[in-house]
This record gives sequence, C-alpha cells and structure tokens, in this order.
Amino acid sequence: MNALLQEYLPLVIFTGISLAMGLALLVAPFIVAYRQPDPEKLSAYECGFNAFDDARMKFDVRFYLVAIIFIIFDLEVAFLFPWAITFGQLGVFGFWSMMVFLAVLTVGFIYEWKKGALEWD
Amino acid sequence: MASLWTDYIWPLLVIVAQSVLLLVVLLVAIAYVLYADRKIWAAVQLRRGPNVVGPWGLLQSFADLLKFILKEPIIPAGANKGVFLLAPLVSCGLALAAWAVIPVDAGWVISDINVGVLYIFAISSLGVYGIIMGGWASNSKYPFLAALRSAAQMVSYEVSIGFVMITVLLCAGSLNLGDIVEAQASSGLGRLLGAPWLTMLNWYWIPLFPMFVIFFISALAETNRPPFDLVEAESELVAGFMVEYGSTPYMLFMLGEYVAIATMCAMTTILFLGGWLPPLAVAPFTWVPGIVWFTLKVLLVFFMFALVKAFVPRYRYDQLMRLGWKVFLPISLAMVAIVAGVLQLTGWAPAPQ
Repeated sequence: MNALLQEYLPLVIFTGISLAMGLALLVAPFIVAYRQPDPEKLSAYECGFNAFDDARMKFDVRFYLVAIIFIIFDLEVAFLFPWAITFGQLGVFGFWSMMVFLAVLTVGFIYEWKKGALEWD
Repeated sequence: MASLWTDYIWPLLVIVAQSVLLLVVLLVAIAYVLYADRKIWAAVQLRRGPNVVGPWGLLQSFADLLKFILKEPIIPAGANKGVFLLAPLVSCGLALAAWAVIPVDAGWVISDINVGVLYIFAISSLGVYGIIMGGWASNSKYPFLAALRSAAQMVSYEVSIGFVMITVLLCAGSLNLGDIVEAQASSGLGRLLGAPWLTMLNWYWIPLFPMFVIFFISALAETNRPPFDLVEAESELVAGFMVEYGSTPYMLFMLGEYVAIATMCAMTTILFLGGWLPPLAVAPFTWVPGIVWFTLKVLLVFFMFALVKAFVPRYRYDQLMRLGWKVFLPISLAMVAIVAGVLQLTGWAPAPQ
C-alpha cells in the first residue's frame, strides 16, 4: 500500500464501521419494537395544544450575524494553523507579518463590538 | 496472488480488527462513563443514583440500551422523514469518527495522520449539523428554536477552541497528536528547572494555564454540557432539539453527546496533560503502561466535567454569548500573540525538522 492509503484508509474504515454500528442501532427498534401509530401520537409537540402555525417561522437576525462573524474568525484560525506549525522556521519577518494580520482583524473585531453586533438582549 | 494477500487483504483485516476493538472498548467505556456521571451527580445531591440493575447498579446503562431498543419508534407526521432519521446517525457517527486519530499510547492509533488536530477540529465543527438537521426536520417549534440556539452556541465556542489549539501548536510545532504528546516529554518547564524527571511540569497545562482553563470551559459549551446546556433547557425548550425523538434515534443523540465529551476529555489530556506520559519519569511510574496513564487522565478530566454539571447553575443565553465573544475570544486572541511573542523573544520555538 502506498503512504497516503496507509494513513487515510484506516480513517475511512473506522468511520464506516462506526456509521454501520449507528445504523444498526437506528434500525433495531423498527424491527423488534411494538408499533401502533395514531394521529395524536404522530402530531408535533406543542404543550398539548394543536399547532398554531408553521413551525419553520421567522427568527432573529442575530443568528445570521453570529454565523457571519464566526466565518471570519474561523477563517482566521485556518490561516493561523500553517503559520503556527512552521513558526520556528519563519523568523522575525514571519512573526511580524502575522501580527499585522491579527491587528487588522482586531480592528474589525473592535468595530463589531462598538456597533453592537455582539449584544444579546 | 501472494502479494495481494500480504499487501492488501491482511493489512485491511488488521485495520478492521483494530477499529472494531477500539469501538467496542470505547462504547463499553461510554456506558460506564454515563453510569459514573449519574453516580457523581447523585452523590453531590446526597442521593444514591442508579443502584438496582446489577451489583451497585453497574449494569444500568445496558438495561437502558435494551429499553431504548424495545421502545416504539415515532416519526412525527409533519417531519421530513429522511433527514429526521439521518440526524442522529450523523451526530453519533461523526462523534465516533473523531476517535480514529486519537493516540491512546505511543503508536496506538487507528490512523496516524499528520493533520490530526485539523481533523479533530473539522469533525467537531461538523457536529453541529446533526443538531441543526434534527431540529429542522422535526417540524416543531421547540426543536427548531433549540437547534438555532445550539448552532449559535457551538460556533461561538468553536472560535476560542481554535485559538487555544493554535497556542499549543506554536509550542509543539506539529499537527500530529502523537508528536504533540512527544513534544511535552522532550522540552518544557521541568527541563528548564534542571529536573527532567519531573515530566508533570513539562506538560503545557502550566505554561498555558489560562488556555487550559478556556479550553476546558469551551469544551463544556461545545458539547452542550451543563452549565451551558441551553440547547435542552428544560424550563424553556422542553428537551431542546430532541423533543420529537424517542427510542434509539434519541439514544444515538445521547451517545453522540457522551462520545463528544470523551473526545474533548481526550483532547484536553493530549494537548495539556501530556497524553500517555507518566507524571514522574522515575521507576515505579514508568513501569505502568501508557494506556493506563491516558485512561486515568481522561477520567480525571471527565470527573471535573461531572462535578461542574452537579455544582454550577445554568447560564442565561445572553450571558453565554457574552462569555464566548467578549471574554474568551479577546483573551485567546491576545494569548496567541503573547505566546508567539514569548517564543520569538526567547527562541524556545520548536526547531525546524
């Protein structure tokens, strides 16, 4: 086997086996358990009431905002990974270029904070 | 023909055997971790906890498994059936998949890839999909709201976990989890003090103590453990995104949650507590196999998880988001710069290989 296969094939097999185990557990009650569905049993739970309106309703825009801010910072972390593991070889120039990058993002972060994008009330 | 056997089939069989062994050991361990969790919680509240099934209730988790399998599975009429059933499978499957790269002893790992940390980071990010899918497919209000909350919570703490990992990587200089553990054996505070046998001081939990604390708390939030279990805040959202689930689909969510907790405990052990290394590199300690030390450390971290669950009251949602974005993010961002600066000034950064 070549090196790539040797490293990643076990990963695929392991994931496959764990998914198969999960699937077996998921299917088990459909085979062995007693089933007698009726309309009341299968209706959505809403504290004993009938559902008022569609469950997939409008929701707060803040959730979008959090997702967008998350993408920015997660990308930043993704940029930091290769820098962090080669840190010993990069020297002073590598150190300062990343510090400038972090400073730019910090300015953005302060702006978000001042604009109130991080407030929940 | 012989080369086909020695090159492909035999290694394949070995991999399958190793995978099944790890999964079985892991799942049995999870069963007892669940039992331990309930016992610790009960002990803090001066209750007995599960004590009926088997001696001291030791078989409780297996009784629960049997009960879940024999329960009537319900798929709500309004639900998207495919996604509804896929969600718990994704949740559980992804949580288990993370264990493929976790080294439990020197070289004892299913897949020794050189981007282990990145893989764990990616897999734990994907964990949110199970919850979102479950909450959306249920077509019911409480699961929907809980799924939104949970997604926002998990991504918020993901960011600080990422920065914490960066500081460890700066010190270790490798993405391979085994190498990170080895880096904690070869250099560190113990060496600087002229006592290399004090390996306990070498581990990153002392020099990176603030990051250790942030990682621990973020891990609680990331796995939706109390005091951050707003996803299933019973007083507001009934049972969160799992309201419509029952039988084994529900069990797979719980299993996924506990496996994720075990993964986070293992990551804390590997990144900060020196993985399989003995606390003191002197005679009686070095005789004990690494896997024993690894297991003991993971259990110690889990014990802290369980105590936090028992002691601490639940956070309010706005406090939770404030802690993640306004406290942990600035601190961990500053710590990345500080750690890099210290390594640059002192020249302690790991030398190029």
